[in-house]
This record gives sequence, C-alpha cells and structure tokens, in this order.
Amino acid sequence: MNAIEFKGVDFSYSEDGAFAIKNLNFSVKEGEFVAVLGHNGSGKSTLARLTDGLLSADKGEITVFGTPMTDKNLYTIRKQVGIVFQNPDNQTVAAIVEDDVAFGAENIGLPREEIGKRIDFALKAVGMEEFRHSTPTRLSGGQKQRIAIAGVLALKPKVMILDESTAMLDPRGRREIIDVVTRLNKEEGMTVVLITHFMEEALLADRAIVMNRGEIVMEGTPADIFERHEELITYNLALPRIGYICKQLQAGGMDVPDTLDYEKLAEEIAKCVS
Amino acid sequence: MRIVAEHLSYTYNAGSPFASKALKDISLTIEEGEFFGILGHTGSGKSTFVQHLNALIRVPSSMKKYKPKKPKKGEVLPPKTVLTVGEFDLTHKKTDFRALRSKVGMVFQYPEAQLFAETVKDDVAFGYKNFAKEKPKAEEIEAAVKDALEIVGLNYEEIKDQSPFDLSGGQKRRVAIAGVIVTRPEVLVLDEPAAGLDPLGKREIMELLHKLHREWCKTVVIVSHDMDEISENCTRAAVFSEGEIKYVLPPSELFAHSEELLSLGLDVPLTAKLCAALKARGVEISCDFTTEDFIRSVLALRR
Repeated sequence: MNAIEFKGVDFSYSEDGAFAIKNLNFSVKEGEFVAVLGHNGSGKSTLARLTDGLLSADKGEITVFGTPMTDKNLYTIRKQVGIVFQNPDNQTVAAIVEDDVAFGAENIGLPREEIGKRIDFALKAVGMEEFRHSTPTRLSGGQKQRIAIAGVLALKPKVMILDESTAMLDPRGRREIIDVVTRLNKEEGMTVVLITHFMEEALLADRAIVMNRGEIVMEGTPADIFERHEELITYNLALPRIGYICKQLQAGGMDVPDTLDYEKLAEEIAKCVS
Repeated sequence: MRIVAEHLSYTYNAGSPFASKALKDISLTIEEGEFFGILGHTGSGKSTFVQHLNALIRVPSSMKKYKPKKPKKGEVLPPKTVLTVGEFDLTHKKTDFRALRSKVGMVFQYPEAQLFAETVKDDVAFGYKNFAKEKPKAEEIEAAVKDALEIVGLNYEEIKDQSPFDLSGGQKRRVAIAGVIVTRPEVLVLDEPAAGLDPLGKREIMELLHKLHREWCKTVVIVSHDMDEISENCTRAAVFSEGEIKYVLPPSELFAHSEELLSLGLDVPLTAKLCAALKARGVEISCDFTTEDFIRSVLALRR
C-alpha cells in the first residue's frame, strides 16, 4: 500500500505566480525511507506541506493511505502524518518537556492515562526520558529537536516528514536526529520522508528523489543518484565531498570505484598503491 | 587590528542557582590579516567569546559601576584580564565602545532574520547612519550602501528598492552581511555564516568571505561546526571545549589530532578521516587536509 500518493499535483503560492509544484506524480510506500533533495526553492517544503494539508493543491489528487485529501478528511490525515520543521525554537509550545510532548496528544482529545503512556513511549523512543521535567529552553538544539520529534511520535503517526530538521543543528545534534529516525524506520516500520540538502544524510535512505523547479528530475537509490553527478550539478546540487574525491582520483588515473563510504575508499586506495 | 585575550573568564547568571561558567581563564591572540576559525560544539563557550569581541558581553571591569576589589590580607588576586582589539582596551571604562563596534562587524547566525526595513537600501543604510559621527549626507549614505551591496555581489540598481523580504535565502543573507560591512569594519566576525544554505549557497558565501578578506576587512573570524569549511578556508583555528581552549593551530596541524577531536565530541574533515583510515591500512600520507592537497598526495603515492 502506498503511504503517500501524488497524482498530477499543481500548486502555486500566488494566483499569477510561478508553479512551486508542477504536475507532480510521486508516491511513497508504507515503511519506506525516502530522501528528498533539492536546492533552496526547488519545492521540497511545499511537497511536505501539501502532504499534511497545510497547503491545498490547485490541481490533482493527493492520497494518504488511500484516503483522499479533502477538508473532511483533513484531521484523519493529520493524525497519520507528522512533520518536524527546521527551527527547534519555533516548535516548542510548553515550559516543561512532558507538557510539550503532550500538546498534540491533548489536542486530539486522548484520555489522560493514554497521554501519559504516549509521553513515556515518545520520550523513550528519542532517548530523552531523563529530561521529562526539564525546561525546553535549557536544552541544546539537538535535544529540542528530539523533543519536537517526540511530540510528533506521541500522536503515533504512520508517516514522519522531516523538513530540513537537521539544518540548524551541529554535527552531534544532526547525528542524534538521524539515528532516532533510522531506528524508527527500521524497528517500528515508520514511513519516513527526509527532506534535506545534506547529501550524506540522503545516503541512509532506501530511495532518493531530486527536485528542481517543482518537478522531480531524478529518482533512484542514493548510490544511483550520486553516480549521475554531472546531472546533480546542473540542479545546483553538489556531489558529497567524498564523491568528488572519487571522481578526481579516477580522473588522475587511479582505479577506484565510486563509493560514498570512506572506509571503503581508503581500502581501495590502499590496494592501488601497495 | 590584533585581538588579544588573556585570562578571560565569564559566568552566565553569576550568583544564581543557574550560574554556569562559559569561559574559564582563556587566552587567545588573533593576528591582523588572519582568516580565523573557531570550533567547538554547542555550549563550548565559542559564542560567548566572540560576543566579547565587540563588547556585546562586557568585561566586568569596563562597567560603570565596577569597583576594584581590595585584596584581603594574604589573598592572592587572580591574574589580570586582558582584552584588546587593536587600540581598543575592552577592560577599561573609558573605552569608546561605539567606535569599537563600528570597527568590529558582527554577523549573527541566520542574519537574514534581522532584516527589518522596507527596502534593501534602507536596511543596509541603517547601520551606517547609526554609527556616523555627524549626520551623513544623502550622497554619502548612497555611496556607502552601493559599495557594500556591490561587494557582496548584488546589483545595486536592481535591488535597492526591493523589499528585503522578497529576496531568496542566499540574497537575504548577502543583504544582511552588507548591512554589517557598510561601516567598513576592520574585523568581521561571523557565526555560522553558511548554516542552512544549500551546498551551492555555502560555496558562494565562502567565496564572498574570501573576497571581503582580500579587499575589505583585514581580519575575518568565523565560528563553524563544519570541519570541511575550516580545513579548506582558515589560516588557523581554535578549538573550544567546556569553556577552555584546547588547541590553536593551523588546520594542517590541527586535524592531525583527529582522535583527540573526536573524543571532544567534534567531527573531523573527511580528508582527516580518510588519512586515518589509510594509516590503519599501512598507507601514510601527509597533506594539509584540504581536498585538493589530499587528492594530489594520494595520486603522488602511485608507483
């Protein structure tokens, strides 16, 4: 079953303006981990907002687990799709971590005992149990972002969309988030859509798509996408540095394969020079 | 302007239950003309340090109310704090902090969040008008704004009357930087200048900083989490950890300490990871950890 499906979707922010999303056909299978790449303004965030009904399409059809996106179904869909945004500070609503995590669950009117259980589950899933009674403003960016993820998890959504959720974090915070998300995907079977322009993060996905000017221009496994590096550059995306090093070594006449794993590259270089 | 700090300490919320020591007796000298990097994870004290440079955080002895403590009998006073930026002594009450701030430009993280005026021209002119000793003439303002926008790579005529909010992310950041450099600071401090931009935007901002360093600001200090950014761009870098400075070295020497950096919770550049992985396989290479030099060194290994 497809978790998310877009059929011929158009969207523009102003009536006479350019399309932010143009005739988009796109689907994500249940349990899949998809990375969406694209430079600033390529339409990736618009895609996330359309999926959750924060924006509504001008044309075409969007379905989430077979339910079409209509005003009537909006709240059913939002219970299934959770979004984590870029700025952790903009996503904190309460003064205590557990209240913050409970906010969404309270809003959908869950019974009190159930909310307690959900908070336990969500904080455990992101490894933040010990901060249950802390103040979010005193946490680091990575920790705040994990709280934001917990708030989404408390709703037990089936799909989680991360809209550049790691862009404002330091490398450690970024690793924390990526670890949590990969674990949720592998162990809990959560469908994940990871929107990013850190190519290294896209490597963990089952499938990567590249957007440019509101259209999907490339699609495949992350390794396939990086193989086609000349094309990536035309969409204003750069090859990860390691990919660039492989290409340069090949151009210099060294027989190394394309790889995005530095251990493997070191292995291959060692073979070539010994 | 040379930046000298000696025995500099700072505690947030001093005297309250939330007191936390952000800087612990640090000493650091940044020479004029450097492209200096400051590293460290969140909470390491790096932002506290850079905020001292244009007196956003003041050394206690420079405050009006400050009265030097008289030592009790037999008490040893802590060593004297030194903090100078060029001719400005930041530990002294009589220092002209306004003049200092026009000489030390500070670009915060996500500077585009600070844009506020109706037109790009007004936004960039704001700092210039604020720092001018006498009310500047309209032509002077226009000339300064034009120069600042052009050096950051924007077309003055095209952009001057647009709203800064209608620009793209990369353009906004350029306008925000123009608003800081319009006073012609000699030292430019930037907190995570490339954060949140796509790879191409990152490269463009770093190129812009090099251009500013060559033509406009003598000293550039960047705070960054991105080790590749530091290894490719900086003359020297200081590593902050828990309020102390662990290393001050050129990147070519700094990243030879990969293991120590990793144990501090910091990342190392990809080239350093590759060098370490190669070393583990018995291949020793020496390079300055820039991508180009790494490729050159590896290719030179072939027989």
